[in-house]
Amino acid sequence: MTILFYGLITGVLFGFLLQKGRVLRYDKQLGALRLQDMTIVKFMLANIMVAMVGVYLLSDLGMVKLSIRSLNLGANIIGGLVFGIGWGLLGYCPGTSLGALGEGRWDALWGIAGMLVGAGLYAEAYPFLKATVLSWGVLGRLTLPQVLGLNHWLVIIAWIIGSLLLFRFFEKKGL
Amino acid sequence: MPTRPNVASGWSPYVAGALSGLVSLLSVALVGKFFGASTTFVRTAGLIEGLFAPARVARMELFRLEVPLIDWQWMFVVGIFLGSLLSALSDGSYRWQAVPDMWAARFGPAKGPRAAAAFFGGIIAIFGARLAGGCPSGHGLTGVMQLSLSGLVALICFFLGGLVVARLLYGSGRAS
Repeated sequence: MTILFYGLITGVLFGFLLQKGRVLRYDKQLGALRLQDMTIVKFMLANIMVAMVGVYLLSDLGMVKLSIRSLNLGANIIGGLVFGIGWGLLGYCPGTSLGALGEGRWDALWGIAGMLVGAGLYAEAYPFLKATVLSWGVLGRLTLPQVLGLNHWLVIIAWIIGSLLLFRFFEKKGL
Repeated sequence: MPTRPNVASGWSPYVAGALSGLVSLLSVALVGKFFGASTTFVRTAGLIEGLFAPARVARMELFRLEVPLIDWQWMFVVGIFLGSLLSALSDGSYRWQAVPDMWAARFGPAKGPRAAAAFFGGIIAIFGARLAGGCPSGHGLTGVMQLSLSGLVALICFFLGGLVVARLLYGSGRAS
């Protein structure tokens, strides 16, 4: 029961911040995909920067355990592209569709209904996909520092510098 | 297009994003839970199908792996709805809208085409997300913050697919 309560509270905080950052809207999501408005990219990269430093710090201190998903080239690439196509049509992602509904953009309901149907279809197709796409290029739980052979803090510092340069570029171009 | 001065342009996405990063971090540190959303749609589809064909759902391989039940992530996704509602009501930015402004400017105000695109887009999006093993939360935020290659590859592909569709829908013109 407690764990469900934590889930709810965490979601409320995240949804609140997504809405305050104005990243839930179709216009913002498509704005990014049309390379006209980088609001959602700013939000994501800011989230990632803070969480990355914190999680690696706590992991180094032995206080948290990283949870790395396996690099499955077939699934990550094909599934990723398919998701992108659907995202471009829907204009919301699975989490933000609920947030968009929360701020009154009720076209998200059609997307939520579609995602429930799509999840059912995926369950039907799963045995076939498991034997095919999901088995292609399974390379294991790899991280960028591992494949580069670098200390993770070097990669994190480079990531932060890259993000800040990107932010400066966005602000200069008014994106 | 109606502009609404003072209905808050909201917070800086940098500030809101960084604070949400802190929420991600606290969730991992205090509860051991990483953000994600798409599995919830699988569980919910299983819960709904289970109302009609429980024996069949119990036999299906995916529903044995991703058991139809209400878990931390399910409540997290519901929480996103409530948090957004709370925020939108608190600053007057709540807006009951069936057709987004950008869509209406390009395709007109009719609800049907927008509903169809959203519905079929939703089918495709979740199918792709589950195939990829995550969505922009599970791969994009959770994966990339740990510098996982699966997260980075998936996130790049999310944007590539989306860029192509956005261009097909809206053309390359810069005017909105």
